[in-house]
Amino acid sequence: MYRKAASRRLAKADTLQPVTLPFFASSDDPGPDFVELLRTLKRQPELGGAALDPAQITHATTVVAIRTDDGVVMAGDRRATSGHLISHRNIEKVFPADGLSGVAIAGAAGPAMEMVRLFQLQLEHYEKVEGNPLSLEGKANQLSQMVRNNLPAAMQGLGVVPLFAGYDSQQEKGRLFQYDITGGRYEERDYGASGSGSLHAGTVIKLRHNGNLKQSEAVDLAIESLFHAADEDSATGGPDPIRGIYPVVAAITKDGFSRIPNEEIATRTGAILANLNGGVA
Amino acid sequence: MNMPMYVSPEQVMKDRADYARKGIARGRAAVGATYADGVLLCAENPSNTLRKVSEIYDRIGFIGVGKYNEFDQMRVAGVRHADLKGYSFSRQDVDARWLANQYAQTLGQYFTHEMKPLEVELLVAEMGEEPCGDQIFHLLYDGTVMDTRSFVVTGGEAEVIRSRMEETWQAEAPLDSTLQQAVAALAGPDRTLEADDLEVAVLARHNGRRAFRRIEGASLVALLGEA
Repeated sequence: MYRKAASRRLAKADTLQPVTLPFFASSDDPGPDFVELLRTLKRQPELGGAALDPAQITHATTVVAIRTDDGVVMAGDRRATSGHLISHRNIEKVFPADGLSGVAIAGAAGPAMEMVRLFQLQLEHYEKVEGNPLSLEGKANQLSQMVRNNLPAAMQGLGVVPLFAGYDSQQEKGRLFQYDITGGRYEERDYGASGSGSLHAGTVIKLRHNGNLKQSEAVDLAIESLFHAADEDSATGGPDPIRGIYPVVAAITKDGFSRIPNEEIATRTGAILANLNGGVA
Repeated sequence: MNMPMYVSPEQVMKDRADYARKGIARGRAAVGATYADGVLLCAENPSNTLRKVSEIYDRIGFIGVGKYNEFDQMRVAGVRHADLKGYSFSRQDVDARWLANQYAQTLGQYFTHEMKPLEVELLVAEMGEEPCGDQIFHLLYDGTVMDTRSFVVTGGEAEVIRSRMEETWQAEAPLDSTLQQAVAALAGPDRTLEADDLEVAVLARHNGRRAFRRIEGASLVALLGEA
């Protein structure tokens, strides 16, 4: 009886403050699902109606993921744009999802950041409530549901198209997934790219990927692909040696997610640019 | 018309307390103790799947003893509460004191208003930035909260185990000796506890954001040493 009363009280509260321990009757228990918990407690924001002016919305652009012989490398450029203006030059688009996986975002920056935050929390929440982490496939499906739930916002111009990659400890290899705006989930064998510069970045990787890259080769390839994307696409930012801004690159192996230090990316970028022939650079 | 029989409130509370204490005393005990690099959580638990020790949040751990379904319900509510609070505000705003208060409220409510009290005792442990920030809250079946910076014993035969712990426990000792003392106290003079009989986890300062780590298998055997 007390439990029911408590959950009813909580469901009514529309303030953000968690007032009391969340208990549920077994019929509406959200289980290990944090998003469902938010929904049960009516903590999810309502969506507005009309389409928004794209020039007012900050967009994050090009991200790539490349499979290596011991895992995956993920990378993203640093530019965010609002219409034709550059709104941020050092935004980050590659994040750890949990210990063994990462997520990279392209699309409307606000909803994308929120999606990442919720996704990270969802994986951690599941792991804590259940006592075991989700499988990599399960994590990919979770993200797919989040992208699909964002579809009404996408219709208003707030689309989010992430990349998900991680080390699958059951299959003992790196795996990566692309999404579309409806939540469609597509596993790719060797590489994936998303965002406005993805066509160019993807083509560069496609031509160079031999199906068996070492981590350091994949890092170089990611930097090079983002360079070419920035060369062709105004919404993708190239390396900026004056301010010391370089792409965010992270590697995921069986030992976990690790971000590659900015200095190393700077050195590698310098070497790649020095090797480019005059026709391209 | 039937008149309800008069029972004095003292008698009701005493009966309920006895009932809860009996239920808790049937289970095996657990120890939460601070050590040099964080907080040790150690329970006597032969089961590998029904956990007594678990992670609540970045720096917060949990031990429940007594009736499994009841303390597990409290654990899940704690995880939900902490994750909601961290999501609404920030991760730094989630603290053990608030959680312990919430647990106390709920336990107290059950104790006074429900048919039967919850047959559980809980530990909520928080690791601080520095050793002086470590804290362990001990919650009883009736909503009583106690906090300490040293160690807490909870569950069956807690009094005896506590007095054994008191003789050996030292502040800011290394993990292996703290664990060996806790295990020796749990076992008592007449038996020895193997790694398989124990569920051990730490909240350690060097573990990064999520400080909770289970210690199992070979690493647990190594830490237990000869003891």
